[in-house]
Amino acid sequence: METLLTRYRNITVLLLVIFAQLVLLAYQVKNGSDVRLIRVWAVTAVTPLARVIEGARGGTQGFLQNYVFLRDSRAENERMRSELGRLKLENQFLKTELATADRAKALQAFETRSLSKMIAARIIATATGASASAVFVDRGTTSGIEKGMAVVTPDGIVGKVLAAYPTASQVLLATDPSFAAGVESQKNHVRGILKGQGHGNCRVDYVQNEEKVETGEWFYTSGDDRIFPKGMPVGQVTAARQGNPFQEISVDPAGLAGGLEEVLIILEGVHQEIPEFKSAAEPVYLAPPPPAAAGDNQPASDQSASTGDAKNAPTLATDADKLREHYQDVSDAQGHKFGDNPVGSKAVNFNLPVKPGEKPPEKPQTSPTTGAVVVKPATQAKPPAAKALQPKTPATPTPDAPKPDAQ
Amino acid sequence: MRYSDEHSLVYSQRDTQISRFKAWVLLLVPLAAILFQVYIPLFFQFLAYLELPLIVTVYFALMRRSPIGGLFVGALVGLAQDSLSKNPLGMFGITKTIIGYVAASVGLRLDVDHPLIRLILGFFFFVLHQFIFWALSRGLLAQQVPFETQRTLVLGLLNAIVAVSLFHFLDKLKERA
Repeated sequence: METLLTRYRNITVLLLVIFAQLVLLAYQVKNGSDVRLIRVWAVTAVTPLARVIEGARGGTQGFLQNYVFLRDSRAENERMRSELGRLKLENQFLKTELATADRAKALQAFETRSLSKMIAARIIATATGASASAVFVDRGTTSGIEKGMAVVTPDGIVGKVLAAYPTASQVLLATDPSFAAGVESQKNHVRGILKGQGHGNCRVDYVQNEEKVETGEWFYTSGDDRIFPKGMPVGQVTAARQGNPFQEISVDPAGLAGGLEEVLIILEGVHQEIPEFKSAAEPVYLAPPPPAAAGDNQPASDQSASTGDAKNAPTLATDADKLREHYQDVSDAQGHKFGDNPVGSKAVNFNLPVKPGEKPPEKPQTSPTTGAVVVKPATQAKPPAAKALQPKTPATPTPDAPKPDAQ
Repeated sequence: MRYSDEHSLVYSQRDTQISRFKAWVLLLVPLAAILFQVYIPLFFQFLAYLELPLIVTVYFALMRRSPIGGLFVGALVGLAQDSLSKNPLGMFGITKTIIGYVAASVGLRLDVDHPLIRLILGFFFFVLHQFIFWALSRGLLAQQVPFETQRTLVLGLLNAIVAVSLFHFLDKLKERA
C-alpha cells in the first residue's frame, strides 16, 4: 500500500487537492449567502494595495496637472475670466427667471426628486476573470454598506452590492448574466425583468408579445425587487421584437455608459414616481398667421370666419381647407348644422350653387325637438358665438331673471 | 545499462534543469499578476482578456518541474483569484490546480526553454484552462454558458504571445546555480 502511494504520489496529491476544493465549492454552493473568511482576508489584503496604487496615481496625476503642465496658463486664465463674466451675467438672468417661475411647479419638481439616502463610492478594482462583470468600490461595512444595496449613478442604475467587506465592497454590474432587477417602461408601463447578458447591453425578459414596447423608450426601476427604489432610470430600448414565448427587448444601460469612476450606493431607498412620458403631440405654440396677400380671392376675415374668431383662426391654405369652407357655406345657406339634426330632417344639397361669402340667416332658431337655441356658425368676423347664446337681459339684472333654457 | 539506471539518469538530468526561485519571487510575482488583473482593466479594458495568473502558474510549474509543486502553485493562485471574483471559491482553484499539475508533468518531458515550445504551451494551456472552467461552470454550477471557440482560440494566441515575452522576463529572476 505504501509502495503504491509512493509510486502514484503525484496523482494522489492532485486528486486530494481537487477533492478538497470540490468540497469547498459544494459547501459554498449550498450555503452561498454568507461571506467566507478567506474572501474577507483576500479582499482586505488586496484592496488596500489597490487603494494605495490608485491614490499614488491620482496624486501623481494631480501633481503633474497642477505644477508641471502649466503651459498656456496665462492665456487660459484670461479666457476663463471672460467666461466668468459671461456666466455671471447669465447667472443673474437665470436668477431673475427663477424668481418669476411658477413656484408650484418648482415645488412639485422638488418633491419628485430622489429622497433616497446615498453614499458616494469610488471604483478601485475590477473582479478577476476575463468576462468579469463585477467591480470593487472603496466603501465597505465600516461605511454602512450591506450586501444587496443598490448602486446607481445620476444617469441610471449600475448594479448591486454582491458582498460587503470592511474596507471595500464587491458590486455586481447590471451587465452580468446573474443580475436581475424589476423594471417598468415609461410610456406604456410594461413590466419586466432586466437581466445582464455578459456584454454591453441588457435584456428585458418576461414581457408578453402583446405588450407594446417601442425602440427608444425608457425603462425605469419598478421597485418590485426590493433592491432598487422605484423610479430610477435604467436605460433606453435599443431593439424590441417578437419572440417565443416573450418579447426580445434589448436595453442599453444608461448608468454604465461612458465608463464608471464614481457611483452612489443607496443606503435607504425611497420610491418615487416614474416621470410622465412627454409625447410629441403635446400642444406647441404657433405664431399668428401672416396677413393675407392683396391678390387673394377671399379676405382673410372671411376665410377664417367659420371658426368664429378672426384673430386666432389659421389661414386657409390647402385645397382641403377651401373645400371644407365651401361645404360649410352650402350647409349654412340651407340652414343645416352638422352634428345637430333631428331624424328625418332634410339632407344638405351640396350641388346647390352658393356664391362665396353668402351669409346664412342671422336669427337664432329653436330646435324642433329639444327647444334649445340653435346658433348658426358665423361666416364673417363678428362677436363670439357665446354672446349669441345669451338672451336679452334687463338693464339691471335681478336674481330671478329667467335663464335661456327655461324659456 | 539497466532500465532503472536509464530512468534515473533521465530524471537526474531533468533535476539539474530545475529552476529555483527566491521566496519573494514566488510570492510577489503571482500577487502582481492578480493585482494587474484587478486594477489595470479599469483603464485599459481590453487587458481584461489577459490571464496573467494563468501564465504565471504555467511558468512556475514548467520551470519547477514538480507536479506537486505545480498543483499547489495553481491551487493557491486559483483560490486567490476566486477570492476576488464573483465565482464560488474553487472554480479557478480546481482549474489552475489541474493546469499546474499538467504543466509540471509536461515540463518533465519537454525542453521548455525554447520560445516556440513556450508559445505552443501558452496557447494550449489557455485553451485547456478555458475549457476546464467552462466544463466546471456547466457541470458544477449548472450555468448555461456557451463555449466560444473562435474567441477562445484568438485569446489563446494573444495570451501565448504575452506568455513568451513574460517567460523571458521571468527567466531573469531565476536563481543562478
